[in-house]
This record gives sequence, C-alpha cells and structure tokens, in this order.
Amino acid sequence: MANGSSSPPGTSDIGSDVSARGIRAAAEPSRPAARRAGASGGPRPDSRLATMARNRSALIVLAALAAAAILPETGQGNYVMSIAVQIEILMCLVLGLNFVVGYAGMLDLGFAAFFAIGAYMTGLLSVDLHWPILATIPPAIGAALLGAVFVGLPTLRLRSDYLAVVTLGFGEIIQEVVTNLNQTGGPEGISGIPPLRIGGLVVTTNDGYYNVFLVLVLVFVAVSFRVRHSRLGRAWLAIREDEDTAQAMGIKVRRFKLYAYMAGSVFGSITGSLYGSAFIAIAPPSFGFNESLLVVMAVSIGGIGSIWGGLLGAGIVVAFPEVFRQFAQARLLVFGVVLVLIMVLRPQGVWPESGLGLDRAARFVARFPGRRGEAIAARRRAAGVERTP
Amino acid sequence: MSRLAVDGLSLRFGGLEALAGISLDIAEHALYAVIGPNGAGKTSFFNCLTGYYRPSAGTVSLDGRDITRMAVPDVAALGIRRTFQNVRVFPRLSAHENVLAGAHLRSSASLVGTLLGTPAMRRAERALADEAQRWLEYVGLADKSRVLAADLPYGMRKRLEVARALMGQPSVLLLDEPAAGVSSVEREELVAVIRRTWESGVTVVMIEHDVELVMQLATRVAVLQRGRLLVEGSPEDVRTDQRVVEAYLGRRRG
Repeated sequence: MANGSSSPPGTSDIGSDVSARGIRAAAEPSRPAARRAGASGGPRPDSRLATMARNRSALIVLAALAAAAILPETGQGNYVMSIAVQIEILMCLVLGLNFVVGYAGMLDLGFAAFFAIGAYMTGLLSVDLHWPILATIPPAIGAALLGAVFVGLPTLRLRSDYLAVVTLGFGEIIQEVVTNLNQTGGPEGISGIPPLRIGGLVVTTNDGYYNVFLVLVLVFVAVSFRVRHSRLGRAWLAIREDEDTAQAMGIKVRRFKLYAYMAGSVFGSITGSLYGSAFIAIAPPSFGFNESLLVVMAVSIGGIGSIWGGLLGAGIVVAFPEVFRQFAQARLLVFGVVLVLIMVLRPQGVWPESGLGLDRAARFVARFPGRRGEAIAARRRAAGVERTP
Repeated sequence: MSRLAVDGLSLRFGGLEALAGISLDIAEHALYAVIGPNGAGKTSFFNCLTGYYRPSAGTVSLDGRDITRMAVPDVAALGIRRTFQNVRVFPRLSAHENVLAGAHLRSSASLVGTLLGTPAMRRAERALADEAQRWLEYVGLADKSRVLAADLPYGMRKRLEVARALMGQPSVLLLDEPAAGVSSVEREELVAVIRRTWESGVTVVMIEHDVELVMQLATRVAVLQRGRLLVEGSPEDVRTDQRVVEAYLGRRRG
C-alpha cells in the first residue's frame, strides 16, 4: 500500500495501535455486549446448538466420505459404479463452476466448453501423438486457460444476463468446432484413448476410475476451501455481493472475474482429460448445452456458493433420473417436477453456504412453548446469540 | 500541508450541473465536514474524490498527487476509504468476513501459498483475522463477528461499514452521512469512533445532515449549495454565516 512518507503517525500499525483503545472502549459500561466478548478474550461467541449443528454437518460429510470410499468393495454391479463415476465427474465440474457462479456470482451457461477442451486435448495428444494421459493434462489446462482469457477479456465487463448469453455462445462454438473439424474426428469424435497410467499402475476398470475421480473430487474440495478463505476467495465473494463496493476496497473487479473464469476452466479441463481416459471414446454430444445446464442445475439445487451443496446437487441431478426409471417414459417429467419442487421449497438450495439450517430448525422449534423449546431458547439467550425478546 | 486538494471541480450530467467549480483544501489533521441541503452535490463530491465519477473539469489531488482520473481501486490503493450513504455491506458474508474484505490490498497472498497453506501464509491470514476482530471490537460489534451482515440492524451495519473501511488502513476516511437513521445511543458511540479514528491520525471527511453533530466534531466545515461551495471555514464561522442560515432556513422577508 502506497502510504508514502506523508502517512499520518501510527497508520502503519493502526490495527494494533487502535486495538488497545478498542478494548478499552469495549469495556465502557454503555456497551455490555462488547464487554462480554472483549473480556472473554475473544473466542467467537456461539451457542452449543450452532456447534452441534456444525458437528452434525461434519458427521454427515464424514459418513458420506466413508460410504464413498467403501462403495467399490460392496460388490455393486457395473451399472451402479458407472452412475457413481458420472456423479463424481459432475461433482468435479460443479466445483469448477462454483468459482464462477458460486464465488464470483457470474452466470456461466457454457461451462462444458472447458470440459470439452480438456477431453479433446487429451484425446488428440494421447491418440495421435501417443502421449501418456498425465502428460496431456498440463497442455490441456493451458488450452483451457487460453479459452478462458479469450472469452473473458472482452466480455467480463458485461453484467450477469449478458455474460450468460456470451458464455452460452462460447459453449456452442466449441461444440460446433469439434463437430466440424476433421482433426477432432468430426461427429464421431475420438476413440481409442489409452487408459490412465500412474507410475506402474494402469487404471482400466470402472472401480479404478471411480477411485481416481474420488481423489480428484477430494483435491478439488480441498482447493475450493483453501481458496474460499483466502484473499482471492474474499475478493470473489465481495464482487458477487456488490461489485461497486468491492472496488472501494481496492479490488480490481474485472481482473478477479477473469481469475474466477480461469480457475473454473482449470477444474473443467482436468476433469475433461480424465473423462476421456475413463470412457475411452469422446464425441461432441457429451459437451453441449445440456451438459453445461446440468452443471448449473447441480450448483443451484445444491446451494449457490456452497461446496457440500454442489456435491449433493451433482448427486441429485445424476441419480434422480436413474431412480425414476420405474416411471418409464415419464421419468424426465417426474425429474422435472421434483426439481421444481426442490427449488420452490428450498430456493436457497438443499445445502446452502450458510449451513444445512439445522440450527435454524432448532430455533424454529424453540419458538414453540413446551419444556424443550424453552430450554433451547434459554440456552441461546445465555450464549448471547439471540436478542432477548 | 493539505492532504486532499480540490481545484475547480465540476461535474455535469447532461444539462445538470451537479458540481460547479468547487475548490477547497482538506488539511492533513482535519476532521472535515461537508454539509448542505439535499441535492447540493455532497455525495457527487465524494464520488468524484473516490473515482466513481469522472469530473467534467477540475482536479483532485491526494498528498500532491493527481488522482482525478484514477479508477476506483487505484484511488483505494493510495489510502482513501469510504462508506456509502445507503450502507453497502456485503449482505451474505459474516460481519468478520466483511471486515476482512477490507484488507484486500494488504495481503500479498501468492497462489502457491494459498493452495498449499504454507505456514507463512497461515500466519498472515491469522494476523489479519485477529485484526479484523479487533476492528469489530473497535466499533462495538465484537460479539457479532459470525452474524451475516444482512441480519444486522441498520445502525450496526453502518458501524460495520466503518470497520471495513478502517481495515484498509486508510490515510483518508470519507464517511457519507454516518449518523443518518441511527438511534441516539448509537450516535454517541459513532461520535466516539469517529473522534478516536481522527485522533489516531486519519484524515476524516464526513457528509452529515446533523448540524449539531458537525459542530460538535468537525474542525472545519464546507457548505455546498446547488453544486457550489457556499462557505468554508471553522464551525463557528459557518454557524453564524448569514448565507448558510438563508440556505437552510430561507431568506427573512421584508
């Protein structure tokens, strides 16, 4: 920060300088709430209920992870495992799109383009030039980044609706290009993509790719959390919340929007590369508007900006049409009705960023008379979370 | 030495002259108040200082450096922070995260450091998080750090905005109607916060309708009327100036 020589005394360490005064101010009798928090040394005040709710969320995640880890050992047929792989692939794409839609708040209707770039780069390099799959990933990422900059630079000054139309166009263009180019195999696409080799390990089975994508999902989740609680993530969220105000904090909005786009393209392209290897053959129909829409759907059903929600959304979007097979021809109709119902009943998503809402559910219970409700309400008041009515 | 020097600042929206040749100097140790009737151009003036509006003519300089045509983030990088008349906190972020967002220009997180969570990175993040908590305490919101900004009552949101601005270690803090719509108890706290901030060496410029508050706090006052600088001087001068009385109350008949 360019304060220069003319900065007022104490500006450079104003935080620590003022904090002493802040604490003293907090101890003024006129501010009991502040005094309470100040005196207790600053651990974030929290109700036990909220902690319980968080623990419960953590338990749900751990249970899901354990179930996911042992799934291949439970002797499921190929059908279940291939659905599971599809869910994982969509989860990876969801985590990529989450940077763009969830964090930076830009609607992107052409995300499958980056998925396609990854798959086709890997397909071309591995089939025509006999590169190992892992070696094709970096150039695929490079190509996806170029694509992101290519669309992003001229268009990111547009606001949501217009940007959505441009990204939709970009998605269509990429699909048209791979359909019409001889080098990419035209409408037939590319087949004979070799299996993934990691060291001496060759991944050929459905179960094998299930595990590969499980690891990828976990890595993407870890990266998403890291980024979310970093300078980069905070800048994105500020832009999502209020672009003009974000600028007043010194956030260069257009640059950070481009970063979000680029981050999404990296996730999309890595997923595409491994997808090509897992499915041996790739063809243009897998990378169309439907795929883009599926990703957006999973993000919004799960809860925009929420990592766990996005994963859940991916599961719902892939698994429900399968579950509804019993309705035969009406299955997509049933699926559509269920989606509408979810959005009507839970417009914020199934598992929104602010949590599953178990805490809020408890607060709801607390509104009702009766011993249990009273006890919860009293505990909340004692914890200082709720203002006394 | 003047911290902010405004020279012949004019702003035109089509045929409307929002600001007409305003010149004034804001001294380094000033607690400067800009007052005037509704539509006098006070917020437009702020928007020109912070890069939100490009003035049609005139210059603004900060510590002798011309910032007239700079983009908003670049002005912020030079140490100017502001609050907004219509309170613009980030609604779906917690109070703590709102304040942290104000530290954008202060952390130099590398991508690798972020992804790997290096110890240096974690330490820096921890320090910023702690400081954000202290700024929340500073404005009296210590126990609200986890509350979503949207769930805070109006007066608290206003104070949150101040904390967020202070997190950016500004040399100049612009407050757009800090006391508007705030209860009398909160008003007292706000006055204390503004005064303490000013005493710590930050140049404070505020737009305020509450004349009593201005007289109580400001070291210097400018009165705008219909885009023009009507009077500029000490609170005492301004209070007794006949033109100011007329601007606010109208001319005595006869």
